[in-house]
Amino acid sequence: MNATFIAFDGTTTQVEVDEGESLMQAAITNDVNGIVGECGGSMMCATCHCYIDDAWLEAAGPRNDGEEDMLESATSEVRPQSRLSCQVKMNAELDGIVVRLPETQI
Amino acid sequence: MERIVIVGAGQGGMQAAMSLRQDGLTGNITLIGEEPGLPYQRPPLSKAYMADGIADRLILRPTSFFERSEIDYRDGVRVTQIDRERKSVTLSNGENITYAHLILATGAANWAPPIAGINAPGVFQLRTLEDATALRNKMASTKRAVVIGGGFIGLEFAAMARDAGVEVAVVEAGPRLMARAISPAMSRWFLDLHRSQGTKIILGTAASSVRLDDAGEADGVILNDGTVIDGSLVLVAAGVRPSVELAEQAGLSCNDGVIVDGRLLTSDPAISALGDCARFPLPDNGTVRLESVQAAVDHARHIARRLAKGEDAPYSALPWFWSDQGKIKLQIVGIGAGADRHEQTTTPAGEPVVLAFNNDTLIAVETVNAAGVHMAARRLIGTPYHVLAEHHFDVRKTLSAVTA
Ligand SMILES: Cc1cc2nc3c(=O)[nH]c(=O)nc-3n(C[C@H](O)[C@H](O)[C@H](O)COP(=O)(O)OP(=O)(O)OC[C@H]3O[C@@H](n4cnc5c(N)ncnc54)[C@H](O)[C@@H]3O)c2cc1C
Ligand code: FES
Repeated sequence: MNATFIAFDGTTTQVEVDEGESLMQAAITNDVNGIVGECGGSMMCATCHCYIDDAWLEAAGPRNDGEEDMLESATSEVRPQSRLSCQVKMNAELDGIVVRLPETQI
Repeated sequence: MERIVIVGAGQGGMQAAMSLRQDGLTGNITLIGEEPGLPYQRPPLSKAYMADGIADRLILRPTSFFERSEIDYRDGVRVTQIDRERKSVTLSNGENITYAHLILATGAANWAPPIAGINAPGVFQLRTLEDATALRNKMASTKRAVVIGGGFIGLEFAAMARDAGVEVAVVEAGPRLMARAISPAMSRWFLDLHRSQGTKIILGTAASSVRLDDAGEADGVILNDGTVIDGSLVLVAAGVRPSVELAEQAGLSCNDGVIVDGRLLTSDPAISALGDCARFPLPDNGTVRLESVQAAVDHARHIARRLAKGEDAPYSALPWFWSDQGKIKLQIVGIGAGADRHEQTTTPAGEPVVLAFNNDTLIAVETVNAAGVHMAARRLIGTPYHVLAEHHFDVRKTLSAVTA
């Protein structure tokens, strides 16, 4: 399965993602610029903020418990498409997902 | 060419290297780590990694990052000596590297009580990926485990072991769980939680020895009062000691940690220290040494801003911490150790929120599974007691009121 990250400057990176792996982990493992992931996916830092492409929004599902609250402290604008990428886990329905990254995470 | 050398490639050392580049430093950066492989994060070792065993998910950045960022990363080598006169470090492979500035990010090492049997096969610790892998392998063939120490790491492991169907006993010499870091009320809540999950918890009794079977392997723990607890896996999670040997040998001031000033400089202005190994001043008074991702990362960023951009503000980042014990997430903001008063409320889901005060000022807030309350609390540290009292210690309501 794969996911495509589009950085704020337009740089596009497609990466392989394992089932159950989070988009944050996939971004880090593949050296995608624009995801920090300071807390390692513990929903403590909001430095893994991303915008899910509209076509995939529904498949990505609703925000998790507490994710909404964490997003409030994200540094870039929070939109309806905003998710913490550590909370979006890969599955067959998300194969090919496209996400955009905000200008800054810290 | 001027070079910044970082000793220790854990959470803080790695962050220092990343932040120096992000902040525009163009000079050389050498990052030296004793452990083999890529730098990785420790928190999942006692959490997700115990369940999934996927080491690749722990790495902080892949190899390509070091190439792209021109960070000279040396793994599997130890710094054995600092020569402050010549401003150089000696590595275990005999090499010498000179520095313009040196950052000590050596972390901490496990402490084990000096009791009989503590080095026997079957006795584990949990600090490194290597430790975690050995522990996880043993867990797969174990029916009963005994944890020495009722702190965060011991309890996180206990919850994961219970999930895996292992019988677990936790032995804590002190009167309550996680006593160093959380309030009595929260300790009590976690005691009930772990007991309800079937973990046996023994408080106020120290382990006096590890019992060995005929083959010389651990098969239980004997307590001070003579009680024997069976278990072929013994995890020693009784705290850590900061790794200060290098600093001490180089004559830097140390006292349970390398002493740094408000700029995170050691007693030698060409050397900074950060993270688990550093004792730093608090903005109001006193000093503290924290063992947390937040401290390691924020220290590293602070030092990077000073070195790369010449910023000179004193360090003042707000401490926060989390501990996932099974599905339960404890979150803490502030340092509650000096509290002279606590107030407790509950979330709509019935989980506790504990507010810690000192001198009528909010100094820390502990929450369970309540990210929103935790995030609101981050903005309320320092608020006077009476302001929170007016809102019945409801953190979110207080925040809305004071920011309205
Ligand atoms: C199992 C576990 C669970 C944890 N869970 C949490 C959590 O949930 N939340 C949280 O906030 N924190 C947690 N922590 C704490 C957190 O991981 C540490 O506070 C953090 O890693 C500290 O970073 P550091 O860079 O100071 O030290 P470390 O990450 O320990 O890195 C120090 C590195 O320096 C190396 N080193 C030491 N001496 C030398 C030398 N002379 N030469 C070369 N290299 C050297 C060491 O080998 C080590 O790799 C946990 C820790 C553990 C062990
Ligand atoms: S990585 Fe910290 S909240 Fe996602």
